[in-house]
Amino acid sequence: MAAQSQSQFFSSLKRYYSFYTGGFVAFVIIVAILEQLGVPNKILGYIFLAATVLLYAGIGVMSRTADVSEYYVAGRRVPALFNGMATGADWMSAASFIGMAGTLYLSGYDGLAFVLGWTGGYCLVALLLAPYLRKFGQFTIPDFLGARYGGNIPRSIGVFAAILCSFTYVIAQIYGVGLITSRFTGLEFGIGVFAGLGGILVCSFLGGMRAVTWTQVAQYIILIVAYMIPVVWLSVKHTGNPVPQIAYGYVLEKVTAREVVLNDPTTPDGAREAEVRAIFKQRQEAAEGKLKALEAGGVTYLAEEKGKLSLAAADLKAKPDADPAAVAAAEKAAADYPVDAAAAKKAWTAAANGAKAKTGPIASHAEPFAGKDQAAIDKKRKNFLALVLCLMVGTAALPHILMRYYTTPSVKEARKSVFWSLFFIFLLYFTAPALAVLAKFDVYTLLVGSSFSELPSWVASWAAVDKSLMSVTDINKDGIVQLAEITLGGDLIVLATPEIAGLPYVITGLVAAGGLAAALSTADGLLLTIANALSHDVYYKMINPHAATTRRLAISKGLLLVVAVFAAYVTSLKPGDILFLVGAAFSLAASAFFPALALGVFWKRANKWGAIIGMSGGLGVCMYYMYMTYPFFGVNAPLWWDINPISAGIFGMPAGIIGVVVGSLLTAAPNKEIQDLVDHVRYPNLEGDINTKAA
Amino acid sequence: MQLTEKHKEYWRRNLRVTGILLAVWFVVTFVIGYFARELQSITIIGFPFPFYMGAQGSLVIYVVIIWFYANYMNKLDQEYGVHEGDD
Repeated sequence: MAAQSQSQFFSSLKRYYSFYTGGFVAFVIIVAILEQLGVPNKILGYIFLAATVLLYAGIGVMSRTADVSEYYVAGRRVPALFNGMATGADWMSAASFIGMAGTLYLSGYDGLAFVLGWTGGYCLVALLLAPYLRKFGQFTIPDFLGARYGGNIPRSIGVFAAILCSFTYVIAQIYGVGLITSRFTGLEFGIGVFAGLGGILVCSFLGGMRAVTWTQVAQYIILIVAYMIPVVWLSVKHTGNPVPQIAYGYVLEKVTAREVVLNDPTTPDGAREAEVRAIFKQRQEAAEGKLKALEAGGVTYLAEEKGKLSLAAADLKAKPDADPAAVAAAEKAAADYPVDAAAAKKAWTAAANGAKAKTGPIASHAEPFAGKDQAAIDKKRKNFLALVLCLMVGTAALPHILMRYYTTPSVKEARKSVFWSLFFIFLLYFTAPALAVLAKFDVYTLLVGSSFSELPSWVASWAAVDKSLMSVTDINKDGIVQLAEITLGGDLIVLATPEIAGLPYVITGLVAAGGLAAALSTADGLLLTIANALSHDVYYKMINPHAATTRRLAISKGLLLVVAVFAAYVTSLKPGDILFLVGAAFSLAASAFFPALALGVFWKRANKWGAIIGMSGGLGVCMYYMYMTYPFFGVNAPLWWDINPISAGIFGMPAGIIGVVVGSLLTAAPNKEIQDLVDHVRYPNLEGDINTKAA
Repeated sequence: MQLTEKHKEYWRRNLRVTGILLAVWFVVTFVIGYFARELQSITIIGFPFPFYMGAQGSLVIYVVIIWFYANYMNKLDQEYGVHEGDD
């Protein structure tokens, strides 16, 4: 392979992946034929997941390597186009693939913070970091910090931060893998996690970055095809236009008009909605009343109420003409009554909040920062902008993404590669808002107003699978579905789109395979980042700089295994909420890395002490704010300027920048050697240049 | 290593284009985001303008920013003789 020129390599890659795409399409057609022959859905699900995981394993085995440069940076000859696809897959996680459209469905304009943040960040990558890191040309992000700032302290902080944010992020990915495998194969969640993990490992274990790169290209192709097909279909169904991104403006107008009708109690549909909301209002008040009584009466109140319920059940039972169903319900109510004050408070608060969420009018999909008064609007706007900034800067600081730009053959290709990366990411991200609107149109016009006896089949089938994803209850007992009677989980949107669009099950299998590809590819990149930080930065650069190549790779592979198993173990404990974990990873990366990386290139005066203070200060402030305010940790301190804990980076970033600037100015300027290094990364080619390229 | 005046000019031009592109990035993201409610009445192919920008318009501009930068810099490298050899 080494003898091949770059252009030959590029054209053979194009040939391989064209064959591959053709083969994949043929495979989908074969599965579709199997479905028509009557093979049960569950088997089709197995075939899809097993075939794709085997495929990734095959690529992993074919790309195995014992060469250090191949293992860490895929030999630095990945053409811009393919590095773009690999970055796209590396980037788009389970949260993008499955969660994004759902978030947009549920929060309308405000959900666009994720769309903007996760694309606009690439401008920062392209303009401030990628070309310079490529010129520097070593293996990891802590490598750059170590060389630019000198000494092991900046490198160590870099290693710590890289592991912290990648680990937080990888847990969210493995969680996604477990969710998909368990939902489509019926395996238990924990087993699904470990089965998916096998898929991740076969690929990165043997071939490191090289295997991960070529698998990620394959995964990108699957995930984008899987995302597009159902949306295009849905668009044709509702608008007759096969380009959903153009067509949905017209659908959005109809959704907005429908929102107005449903919010207006003088229309028949609006009146029914108002009726259901009134019932929820009563339930909310009832739960709040009980909470108040509990506060006043304490345990005595609890005992009395439980006594009353048991008595009522006994009375009912004693009646000669007792209805057995009513008796069972009364007995169940008595048995389910909260055992102590804490349980009662928890249950009733949840009931009050759950009911309260259903009492308000429908939020308009296209309206930004809807709120009851100016203060609520300002708070939403502030959090929207803060989240966008954290996600963008975090994008330009996550080591598993920045690392990808080490793998291109030149600075020029690195620049083009960021363009291809964002282009491939853009394809999915500008489709997600269209999907959300199309799905909303379906729910608002076809599901709302339909009769409970003839629910669309996808509603019934998903309600049977998972109540948290889809449930409809006839609250006002009129036999007709009202919007307030529907409870819909965000993840449903992508998972159920093929069925909403009336497509055969094979497309549902394809979507599952796409979601799995998204989660696996991101997990691969992250695990490799963690293992490399430990093996390359800690072991090779700090502990044993004379280690032989084979030993370095053996250690790297061993660590990969340990980290993967540990991450899977932590995931199986199901900690926290996926969206928060993902957001936290971005805030952490933005606070810890971005100031030191960007100033390292653009400000020659930045020195070792600046970096140490800036990185630890930024990271420290960000972690402190999350710890104090995120409910999971139980401190629940008041928020600073109403900023939600997910955007903790908004405080960490300035702390990091101030730390670098003040720390640098208080201490001596960096020496000539380091200033030369800065010039070296700024110019793609200089005469009499130093060489920082790692073998 | 000694930088020539030409090298310094290359870096200044790089900083200038980076600054201009970052300004565009800032306006389409944060300025439009900040005034989203005020711009709500403008419509563009059926969408309210801020929604269109958040869901599509800004994204297209980001892609164009990066494409423009890559082209501009790759040309600038040639012009100032700091381009890499053929690989």
